[in-house]
Amino acid sequence: MSDRPPHSWGHYPKTQQQSQPLRWLGDSWQAREGRETWLAYGQGRSYGDACLNDGGILLLTDALDRFIHFDPEQGLLRCESGVTLAQILALILPRGWFLPVTPGTKYVSIGGAIANDVHGKNHHRAGTFGCHISAFGLQRSNAEHLTCSTSENTELFSATIGGLGLTGFITWAEIKLKKIVGPHISQETRQFSNLEGFFNLSKESDQDWEYTMSWFDCTARGNKLGRGLFMRGNHSNTSDNIRAEAIRHPRLGMPLYAPGWLLNHFSIRAFNHLYFQRPHIPDRLTHYDPFFYPLDSIAHWNRMYGRRGFLQYQCVIPTQHAQDGIAELLKVIAHNGQGSFLAVLKQFGSIKSPGILSFPRPGTTLALDFAFHGTSTLRLLDKLDLITRDTGGAVYPAKDAHMSAASFKQYFPQWETFSQYIDPAFSSSLWRRVTQQE
Amino acid sequence: MSNIMILGATSAIAQHVARLYATRGDQLFLVARDKAKLKAIADDATSRGAAAVYTYAIDLSDNTRHTSLFQRADQDMGHLDILLIAYGTLGDQKACEMSVTTSLAELQTNCLSVISILTLAANFFEQHQQGTIAAISSVAGDRGRQSNYVYGTAKGALTIFLQGLRNRLSKAGVTVLTIKPGFVDTPMTQDFKKGLLWVKPEVIARGIVKAIDRRKDVAYLPFFWRYIMLVIRHIPEFIFKKLSL
Repeated sequence: MSDRPPHSWGHYPKTQQQSQPLRWLGDSWQAREGRETWLAYGQGRSYGDACLNDGGILLLTDALDRFIHFDPEQGLLRCESGVTLAQILALILPRGWFLPVTPGTKYVSIGGAIANDVHGKNHHRAGTFGCHISAFGLQRSNAEHLTCSTSENTELFSATIGGLGLTGFITWAEIKLKKIVGPHISQETRQFSNLEGFFNLSKESDQDWEYTMSWFDCTARGNKLGRGLFMRGNHSNTSDNIRAEAIRHPRLGMPLYAPGWLLNHFSIRAFNHLYFQRPHIPDRLTHYDPFFYPLDSIAHWNRMYGRRGFLQYQCVIPTQHAQDGIAELLKVIAHNGQGSFLAVLKQFGSIKSPGILSFPRPGTTLALDFAFHGTSTLRLLDKLDLITRDTGGAVYPAKDAHMSAASFKQYFPQWETFSQYIDPAFSSSLWRRVTQQE
Repeated sequence: MSNIMILGATSAIAQHVARLYATRGDQLFLVARDKAKLKAIADDATSRGAAAVYTYAIDLSDNTRHTSLFQRADQDMGHLDILLIAYGTLGDQKACEMSVTTSLAELQTNCLSVISILTLAANFFEQHQQGTIAAISSVAGDRGRQSNYVYGTAKGALTIFLQGLRNRLSKAGVTVLTIKPGFVDTPMTQDFKKGLLWVKPEVIARGIVKAIDRRKDVAYLPFFWRYIMLVIRHIPEFIFKKLSL
């Protein structure tokens, strides 16, 4: 057992916990004096404190990276919970299969993808990651090994999908893959000059395009508020040598933390302005990797925000309030001037996840990063939370390091139903924060 | 398609070697003590595309079990193209100094049992006039140092045995590869402080497969250990004995 401090992707908050690497599915966990709770830790790609357990023990899953069964006829894959989506792609792509849902990085474990019930650019067509999981194994602290599926231990199945790792240790999972012909995506990019343009393009595209998402200029104000670039894509039918597909790993990396002054009001404004104005991108065939994982090409891009780290704010605003709610949020963000390069808008669909505590719901989701500048950053997030709460929306726990217990309980009124399935020996920094008494 | 036998298949390095061969569609014969762990590795190899995977759970430090290895492999796969010996223990040097039994047990596992297997393997491969015998030795076998000379002795003796075997089997068209990894971040070394020279087991595994493909004789992994050990071997003994290496 080591005291090497694992951190989350945002490098905020800083916590202290012990970690215990697991090597085999049958490994037992050793309890340590004074450290009562466990939490599985895969790749540490949650942004905030959902993957941390201050004062407790983290069970490291990165060596649980074995495949258990792959049926290349049916597209069914069973693997240990520490296997990453990158490892899965390396196996399945040459045989003509793809992930049914993928988040914006391939460097997450399948256990983490289930625990956070991640979503991707095809949420409007395919729902969340959890919608494609047929079964998984759950090891509870009382040494019980359960198989959970839609027909077996169904309640724990629903509680564990999006359950933030609190219902026990996910040992293995089985996923239903998606058949594809080739590794390419036919992609189109359209500029929109304001928020209304985004909603129109979404409406027009969601029917014919499997993947949609938008970047927006978080510094634009007035009649340019919400301007940005709308990207949409479909799997291409050209098969060009899919059997030889190898996984792409980053050639570039941030070797050091960027100095704090690098990201400021002016550099962020300049970037956003130039990115919006960049020459028209022709409609083309793109390799799936830069289409789904543009940031994976720079290892440790999170170091760009400096040693103090950063917070991401991702919320969803329900359909009936989406246009006004998002506009309200964008006004506050642009006025404040703390936003960053990576601001995303996307329309969620209405496919329901089996997960009790799952985040996505019909409406519009907004995500962007804020370098951590101390209380001013936290106050800004407070303001955003007020707006999100007013619209009946919610904030995504996998990205969060800030929301208050009151906000959480309003966003996820089902939290009490969920809590009865929590393993008493499991906890996380996030869970203690959002369920504390106020 | 090649037929590959891996001894000590549950070790971190061996697991990654098995993955690489499985992806190529080879046939694997995996040996280690623990049945459940062997099954996990065999399932993984099958999922990755191995033509067939056979497992055999025995304690390899027991010399009396070694004949059965080649009988089983012969039954299951017909012939062998590659044998990789990857098992071993990194014993506690201090414990070895305090106990003759512990020292000799270390030598039994890391050297004598391997020599027993190599002796049988040599005859098996010589008969078939082809193939590669590869064994994981260590840079620790290149010069005795106070911090782990019992382990170093075992690996040093193994290195010399492999040298002789290579000389003999080259006439039969059989390649003998001595693999000398440096510092590898595996469960065997989990209590060590890791510095710049440490690498992941998958890096060593790629190096092993490449060295076998190229029919090399000796492979330092990663390559820079060849130069580090060149320097270490050439420090005069009257200076070396005063160092705390």
